[in-house]
Amino acid sequence: MNLQEYQAKELFARFGLPVLPGQVASTPEEAQDVARALGGTVVIKAQVLVGGRGKAGGVQLARTPDEALVKAREILGLTIKGLPVRKVLVAQAAEIARELYLSIVLDRSRKLPLIMLSAEGGVDIEEVARTTPEKIVRHPIPLDGLRGYQARELFQPLLRDGKLVAQAADILLKLWRTYQEGDCQLAEINPLAVTPDGRVLALDAKVILDDNADFRHREWATWRDPEDESPGSRLARDKGLSYVKLEGDIGCVVNGAGLAMATMDLIKHYGGEPANFLDIGGSSNPEKVTAALRIITSESKARAIFFNIFGGITRCDDVANGIVQSLAESPLAVPLVIRLTGTNEDVARKILSEHGLSATTSMDEGVRTVIEKAQEVMV
Amino acid sequence: MSILIDRGTRLVVQGITGRDGGFHTQQMQAYGTRVVGGVTPGKGGEKAHGIPVFDSVAEAVKATRANVSVIYVPAPYAPDAIFEAADAGVALIVCITEGLAVRDTLAAYHHVAALRARNGGDAPRLVGPNCPGLISPSQSKVGILPGQITKPGPVGVVSRSGTLTYEVVHQLTQAGLGQSTCLGIGGDPIIGTNFIDTLTLFEADPQTEAVVLIGEIGGSDEEEAAQFIKRHVRKPVVAFVAGQTAPPGKRMGHAGAIISGGSGTAAEKMEAFAAAGVPVARIPSEIPGLVGELLARRRARSNRPRGTQAKPRRKTGSARAAGAGRSRAGASKRRGAPARARKSDGGRGRSR
Repeated sequence: MNLQEYQAKELFARFGLPVLPGQVASTPEEAQDVARALGGTVVIKAQVLVGGRGKAGGVQLARTPDEALVKAREILGLTIKGLPVRKVLVAQAAEIARELYLSIVLDRSRKLPLIMLSAEGGVDIEEVARTTPEKIVRHPIPLDGLRGYQARELFQPLLRDGKLVAQAADILLKLWRTYQEGDCQLAEINPLAVTPDGRVLALDAKVILDDNADFRHREWATWRDPEDESPGSRLARDKGLSYVKLEGDIGCVVNGAGLAMATMDLIKHYGGEPANFLDIGGSSNPEKVTAALRIITSESKARAIFFNIFGGITRCDDVANGIVQSLAESPLAVPLVIRLTGTNEDVARKILSEHGLSATTSMDEGVRTVIEKAQEVMV
Repeated sequence: MSILIDRGTRLVVQGITGRDGGFHTQQMQAYGTRVVGGVTPGKGGEKAHGIPVFDSVAEAVKATRANVSVIYVPAPYAPDAIFEAADAGVALIVCITEGLAVRDTLAAYHHVAALRARNGGDAPRLVGPNCPGLISPSQSKVGILPGQITKPGPVGVVSRSGTLTYEVVHQLTQAGLGQSTCLGIGGDPIIGTNFIDTLTLFEADPQTEAVVLIGEIGGSDEEEAAQFIKRHVRKPVVAFVAGQTAPPGKRMGHAGAIISGGSGTAAEKMEAFAAAGVPVARIPSEIPGLVGELLARRRARSNRPRGTQAKPRRKTGSARAAGAGRSRAGASKRRGAPARARKSDGGRGRSR
């Protein structure tokens, strides 16, 4: 789960990281109230889960509460990279002398958490990594944790001044605790700002949580904003399906993530465009089949739908029953092509044929057929 | 021969009284796997599917001389189960459970690695988590792979996926290409056994004559495997990478299948294999053809008298293989390279 900035800052504050006071608002009037309560100049920031908010006009300063009202109204009317802005964070503004970048991520090949630090903060770090990788310091965190002196050593060449180094090292140690105890996949401060009066502050916060650790964190449930998800994604999560919407017109329902990816690739290979990634998992519960079809037909421009089931532990007859039952409840407006092979394939074929459906055994043939059918629909 | 499991495998099932553990215990028994014990804390002394249940892995190992453990316990408890199996001295731990928190998997991974370093050998070894397990056709299966689609033969299969592995194995079998061992290493960002570990085992296994490697987007295991093949693997390898159409920044079902920060794309991985002289199938149905061709060439070569063998070993000669042109350059570069893989007995059949 990706946290909004205001949520990530709440998490940071819980672990003692220095974030400036602020509050989230969903109307211009609320934003004005927050600005009045904070006093002084505030920064108003769009709360959307994409980068490049600043460039899109989603981050603005306001010197007075009245200005905050106007600016918040403006930002709340924006759509940034396809996402409508529904909330803004109104926070105390800070003067900035220097901007650094600091994050902790998982290094998959070293199998250790990795500190990434750069003197070039405030910009897109991926851009820095691409163009000037030497400007990023990478330091794996040893198995037995991070020590204070190690944190100071990392900041010494960048900040020099002992007081600044001490503050930054303290921030890094707290960020490490946030990452570890908070089960983060990414904990990022960009920019990590140095103010003219010699304070080091976390001015922005980006956090990705490890969803698999939610059994340890009951508070996470309150952070999930249903409106951040499309209805299809929400239904998929409720029913235990893995779903990603794409732009093509061939819907696909597959058991298994690897096979689902390979099915998308095959659709593209034969000249089609996949409308989605959808893994119904190992279970052949008819409810899941129904949900899968509902998600695809409601969210995508699918002109035809392809079922690709490799029955190993999943039984083909269960899936066939699921399809039949689902179609009886809500018939499809687009053609359906089914590929079934493996466990109880014969029984499945019989069930399908009793209901006027048929299935191929070859994935390649199935994909070619579904693309043809989709083209017929277009005509 | 095979890798990691064979007729000598004596299996203990952690979570044998659960729904999945129970179902797959029966499946494994039906396949011929020697399931010697089960573990469910608090149910010691009972029987499940005719198999004695123990309170701990240590007790099970002591009573049954089990040398392999398979884990079906729910995700919050699975890391503990890995620690327990490693401490009980089994040589191979296969964690089927998916949904482990990364922090927990890391701890378990490093615990197993530290024990292995202390033992100075290949045991204990962890496979998974979030994997379908492995099967050595007609000998033993550990995990959830369907046995009926496999047949014994010369092809080693290693994959990050589950059903895609079945798909490929099924196509190999239909093409008459049997398998030595099929291993699903798991779809998580942190896994116990990676492509390089598996390639090392296949390279050392006399039955294995060719390897099929099925990768997917995310991480850099495929790139590292490509480099390793170039330097250390003399047997032919055919690669496939799933997720060529996956958008960046979206997790494609598997926790580890995500293109992040613009890296981990299928294109990069396919390029890395091609540059290392490994033929890359663009779609799964190209795999059997490529494997068959390479096997035939390898066999023809080994039938020649000594001294005439020093030919480029990985010409694909197939216009269908992506990067086939490059693979020639890769092959000639690799010729004469000191290419002996690490010796390994695969941690098989050990008990202590």
